[in-house]
Amino acid sequence: MSIRERLSGNEAAAIAMKQINPDVVAAFPITPSTEIPQYFSTFVSNGTVDTEFVAVESEHSAMSACIGAEAAGGRAMTATSANGLSFMWEMIYIASSMRLPIVMSLVNRAVSGPLNIHNDHSDAMGVRDAGWIMLFSENNQEAYDNLVMAHRIAEHKDVLLPLMVCQDGFITSHSIENIELIEDDKVKEFVGKYKPEHYLLNAKEPIAMGPLDLQAYLFEHKKQQAQAMINAKQVILDVAKDFEKMTGRSYSFFEEYKLEDAEIAIVCMNSTAGTTKFVVDELRSNGIKAGLLKVRVYRPFPAEEIAKALSHVKAVAVLDKADSLNAAGGALYTDVTSAMYVNKNQVPTVNYIYGIGGRDTKGDDIKGVYEDLQKIAQTGNIENPYRYMGLRG
Amino acid sequence: MNDLIEIRWHGRGGQGAKTASLLLADAAFNTGKFIQGFPEYGPERMGAPITAYNRISNKPITIHSNIYEPDFVVVVDDTLLESVPVTAGLKENGAIVINTTKDAEYLKKVLNGYKGNVYTIDARKVSMETLGKYFPNTPMLAAIVKVSGVMTDQELLDDMKGSFKHKFAKKPEVIEPNMKALEMALQEVKKIQ
Repeated sequence: MSIRERLSGNEAAAIAMKQINPDVVAAFPITPSTEIPQYFSTFVSNGTVDTEFVAVESEHSAMSACIGAEAAGGRAMTATSANGLSFMWEMIYIASSMRLPIVMSLVNRAVSGPLNIHNDHSDAMGVRDAGWIMLFSENNQEAYDNLVMAHRIAEHKDVLLPLMVCQDGFITSHSIENIELIEDDKVKEFVGKYKPEHYLLNAKEPIAMGPLDLQAYLFEHKKQQAQAMINAKQVILDVAKDFEKMTGRSYSFFEEYKLEDAEIAIVCMNSTAGTTKFVVDELRSNGIKAGLLKVRVYRPFPAEEIAKALSHVKAVAVLDKADSLNAAGGALYTDVTSAMYVNKNQVPTVNYIYGIGGRDTKGDDIKGVYEDLQKIAQTGNIENPYRYMGLRG
Repeated sequence: MNDLIEIRWHGRGGQGAKTASLLLADAAFNTGKFIQGFPEYGPERMGAPITAYNRISNKPITIHSNIYEPDFVVVVDDTLLESVPVTAGLKENGAIVINTTKDAEYLKKVLNGYKGNVYTIDARKVSMETLGKYFPNTPMLAAIVKVSGVMTDQELLDDMKGSFKHKFAKKPEVIEPNMKALEMALQEVKKIQ
């Protein structure tokens, strides 16, 4: 029997980390993810975990400590947000290219400047090409479930890539909601022991990790990293299958909500997907065939699968909670439209930049997008594909 | 009870409006509901106006926006009435509960012609008589439960007894006064005619 609880998204992430009981957690506080290492450090003090907690002096050091711990043969975790992730930047790439399956909770927040502590996805979008697996979470339940699945995916011998679990700062990180927790022993068994094949503290196999890598081999090593990201797709599905056996909760690359017979569809990530579901239900009760595709796995990007899932609709809107400032559209939009183009799927698709810096996303905003989509579905005309939602005029 | 009840709290930083919204979420959770409790984070300083929200439902809640058309509004500090549009979007078949000793005429003037039910409670009196200090959040929690009917009085008292025992494990002497504050508030909240 699962445990009925009510927790904030940050509490849920900290509880998942407690149940995983990693060897090392290294973190530096930054709003809105601060509570995760804060709660976790109490578990360390109380002796409920036997993790080595490293209270570092910066995020650069947090990621460096995780890299050291993971390279040594331990299981390492961290949590951060926005500028904390920016400060890790150099080490983010080193973690993935050293093929170290570190797991991070990223509580999404606007990257400065000017200073803003509220939610958008500019932090995550900044590292989308850094070689990390990226899972997005609609609510506290998904933030928890994704963390429970994280190590099994990241540490798989065909993958060996770091992984971040994203959730929306404040909107889910600081909102108390119902959640179903899994019993400690079940999580422990599901996650399993970390048994790296090669690690620094193995006296029988002295190795060097991350040394100089010039023209002769770096290209080949990058190809291996790219292959690992491709391999991750099957592993993500396999782990989700096992997770469903344990909990009854089903996960895939994305969630299709009333999409099967939809004529108009929204593609988005994290908490806005929940608000969109609420609006879809309302529109459906008025006979409007609205649907939602909620992206869970953003890296690796399930291009072919997304293109197929959207192939039957008449108009699509992709919502980006970060502007790429490229005069063309947000990152998710670019990914979705290129997936559709390559898969010869010509559905009219528009982009809305929204929710920047914590601007609240109302049900009425989402309704407005579906109204726009109805017009596009009728006429096939898109005058300006690069739009804004919720911007004051 | 409707499938989804939405409540908006107005208070000032330091008065415990956020805590009260989380306590209400807790209590409703313990009666088997689906709940959300979340503050709107702004500049966090003592005395600044703050807003907090609750959703309480018999079904899972997916919406993650702030609340713009609440069923109920709770005003923890009546000095906000002239500066914050507390009745904005408030449903006319809903109600507003205000911690105040001001008269009906004054309230009518500051509530922008709100046509729904208006309830008041002197949470300062309740708090001073039971706790000996001014903590308006406990009486206001009881007041909104009474007015909204999201649970029965007894369900609230039973649940809060458990919460206080846990919360005040190291200060057991304050459990009884807090329970008294809840009981007194349930009696003291009055509808304005």
